[in-house]
Amino acid sequence: MYTPHTAQDIEAMLRVIGVDSLDDLVRVPDAVALRAPVEVTPRLSEIEIAGRFRQHAERTTAGAYTAFLGAGAYRHYVPPVVGAIAMRGEFLTSYTPYQAEVSQGYLQAIYEWQTYIALLTGLDVANASVYDGATALAEGVIMAVNATGRKAVLVSKAVHPNYRAVLRTYAEGLDLDVDELPYGEDGCTDLSNLEAALAEQRYAAVVVQSPNFFGVVDALPNGIAQKIKATKTVVIGVVAEAMSLAALAAPGSWGAEICVGEAQSFGNAIAYGGPHVGFIAATTEHLRRIPGRLVGKSVDSEGRTAYVLTLQAREQHIRREKATSNICTNQAHCALCATVYMAAMGKTGLRNCAALNVARANELRAKITKLDGFAARFGGPTFNEVVIRVPGRARDVLAALEKKQILGGIELGRWYPELDDCILMTATELTTSADVDRLATALSEIPVRAAARV
Amino acid sequence: MPLPAFDTPLIFETGQEGRANCYLPEAPALDTLLPKDALREDLPLPDNSELDVVRHFTRLSQKTFGIDTAFYPLGSCTMKYNPRINDAMANVPALRDLHPFAPDHAAQGALAVMWELERALASLFGMAAFSLNPAAGAHAELAALLIAKAYFKKKGEPQRNVVIVPDTAHGTNPASAAMVGFKVLSLKSDAQGRVDPEEMRKVVGPDTAVCMMTNPNTLGLFEPRIHDVADVVHEAGGLMYYDGANANALMGNTRPGDMGFDLMHLNLHKTFTIPHGGGGAGAGPVGVAAHLVDFLPTPVVRAFGADGKPLSATGWTESAELTFALDFDRPDSIGPMRSFWSNFAHMIRALAYCYANGADGLTTVSKLAVLNANYIRASIRDVLDIPYDEINRHEFVASAQSLKRETGVRALDLAKALLDRGYHAPTVYFPLIVPECLMIEPTETESKETLDAFITALREIVATAKSDPETVLATPVNTAVGRIDETRAARQPDLRWRPPQ
Repeated sequence: MYTPHTAQDIEAMLRVIGVDSLDDLVRVPDAVALRAPVEVTPRLSEIEIAGRFRQHAERTTAGAYTAFLGAGAYRHYVPPVVGAIAMRGEFLTSYTPYQAEVSQGYLQAIYEWQTYIALLTGLDVANASVYDGATALAEGVIMAVNATGRKAVLVSKAVHPNYRAVLRTYAEGLDLDVDELPYGEDGCTDLSNLEAALAEQRYAAVVVQSPNFFGVVDALPNGIAQKIKATKTVVIGVVAEAMSLAALAAPGSWGAEICVGEAQSFGNAIAYGGPHVGFIAATTEHLRRIPGRLVGKSVDSEGRTAYVLTLQAREQHIRREKATSNICTNQAHCALCATVYMAAMGKTGLRNCAALNVARANELRAKITKLDGFAARFGGPTFNEVVIRVPGRARDVLAALEKKQILGGIELGRWYPELDDCILMTATELTTSADVDRLATALSEIPVRAAARV
Repeated sequence: MPLPAFDTPLIFETGQEGRANCYLPEAPALDTLLPKDALREDLPLPDNSELDVVRHFTRLSQKTFGIDTAFYPLGSCTMKYNPRINDAMANVPALRDLHPFAPDHAAQGALAVMWELERALASLFGMAAFSLNPAAGAHAELAALLIAKAYFKKKGEPQRNVVIVPDTAHGTNPASAAMVGFKVLSLKSDAQGRVDPEEMRKVVGPDTAVCMMTNPNTLGLFEPRIHDVADVVHEAGGLMYYDGANANALMGNTRPGDMGFDLMHLNLHKTFTIPHGGGGAGAGPVGVAAHLVDFLPTPVVRAFGADGKPLSATGWTESAELTFALDFDRPDSIGPMRSFWSNFAHMIRALAYCYANGADGLTTVSKLAVLNANYIRASIRDVLDIPYDEINRHEFVASAQSLKRETGVRALDLAKALLDRGYHAPTVYFPLIVPECLMIEPTETESKETLDAFITALREIVATAKSDPETVLATPVNTAVGRIDETRAARQPDLRWRPPQ
């Protein structure tokens, strides 16, 4: 309990209110009285709470494995300065900065976040963040639907399957058709039927991800974005691994008008999936369709620089059912962590970190594909993930690796039945050569089952 | 205590290129690793020393008001103390660094956290089950309405597309309804600020999908006839949705499930002490009655007994003897709402808060939240209008309407004058049905001394408004900046820094 009241306090306060007891304050009609006693956890002291979580931690054994997991949640180095700043109580315990005069610090930090995201994505503006990468995609699609008045969207199958699944959840509410573009042998989105698909002008947007779910650089080739835009269709670029933005061509430079994605990689813990931090960036043309909060720069009554939440006429608390979205929170604190991280890393650090990711994944690919029966499934250049084709079923190989305390990657058959002999393996700056060697050795020791594929 | 005023240059205006910190080992050049056409040309970001970064953000924090700074009576937001043990537990490495695609057998402790919290919430609010999937309250509202839509579709009643929302409702309610293609019907409150079951009877019908309510409502008033309202909606074939924004008022006292609600959400960042963090990340579990469990978002955590058999849902259960699995295979589910399973770090914080209180403690929490709110109301009722002057719950609404008529000082001006006194402002101009309103929610974690000092400050400001209104109209003057030109911000949007040409 975190209540400071003494019995004398309570008595004095009840007297001022004019009631006799606390129960008189909370009395409810019999019809809604508790029907069953409330059963919650037993009440514990802080010492006991720490003990219980120690038990939960002991039952969470994944940390004892050498892991090559990614697929939208990435293990990166987080300098301690990020936590030291983010845990300052003023940042941690403030509300949404509606009272701008006492929130200038947080507002400026969000303005800096918006700038970082706009610069990294190569677009004009970015919002104050949204829940995560998948919801950012759904909201980006809603922007395109509102821009075009069309109720269908064309999404590459190489977009993260979880993002596509969330889009389908939202689409059910919005009464939206979601069609898919296949991927080709190089692992990139197959654009050969794109022009035919666009001819009917029924799609609000074309959605591609780069690096895509297979880790492959999948930016639209020269000229394609222009062809899409010529049919008044919006180009949406997805980035599930924000670290790649420090190295790869910015989505704005290859034609994305809206770029949505996930910035967990910048200074945020993986934390079993959340909270992470989604972003939405766009060209100025789409500014007033961007959902969620935006911080703008203005002046105060004395002419001093001042920051404030702006363009609120888009938002639910003003527009109610006519709002661009029902979004009410952003992921401010996660965006703050990302901003501190980017500031501490700097341009030099971010570029080096991105280079290390590519180098470690290249090393992993080189060492694993040297083994008999293992090959890279796709040919295109990759960022920090690579799809490895294994002898036999991926599931069996991963299970064998687990016995050797290795989490070897993610089984693609879970979403792509045709890839059930493929594993998505991830390496970051935290992956060492020794880790990769361990993986290679373990794989070489797994008895190769006859690849009896039906 | 006023916040310091000093200009802080943008991080982009500081630093020197090449001023690198020592976080990483040597890296190869990017153009030796990837084809040139895949690479970006420039990256116009600043390089700063770690010390300069620390100073920059420390100064920004000093220009930010938090609960840790001072009293934060922001109505409808439940700005209670955020215990530090919660953050310490969220930072236990095995949990903090757990990957969502780790196999279930290597994530049993994390799944136990989710299971224990889910069971506690179900018991505390009288629901059959919760999903911890949605990322925030508004996100959970969306999930709940998608559940309703799927339920009616399966039942063969897809024509049900009207959501009834009282005029006191939060803005997210109608906005969420619009996102699932439901029409919004706004219902006027009665003279006592309540929903009248007879009025409800006039608007329900074969197109009624969901009635969205909060209880206590946004005026801080308990809806005494909620059970009758629920009966009317149910008889018409609709579902009752409980907006859990005000759940801090009723723990251990009454439950949405007992009031007749079929669906609900919670804002764990309000009632369960998760730090608001400047506006997120939040967390919004969505709860349902038994007939809607199959429609919950995926995945859900399933528990198995020592015999390996699935455990049927019961009250809170000791997790040590159980094993757990994430269940994605739910054919009637609306599907996932977000990339991964939950805002897990926040589930840790919420469970730590449950541990620290237990059922009795949470009951006391709600009682003292109500006590604090009533104490302030009773202490200012002679200087400000109280449109509904009766026993309220965890918050109440005052109005500056008379004061404005007398002096020209509005609710907004009182809010700014409070900032000058070192307090955060109450919520102003919400709910929409009370003119010049100030919505005050002190929460249970504030002491009588803090409340007394706040009451004194508010009374003094009102007295100044009567003797010297110009002084109040000119506030704030003790803050980092004065009142901000919001029109200019909206008309000439400057939303980012740009590199000098």
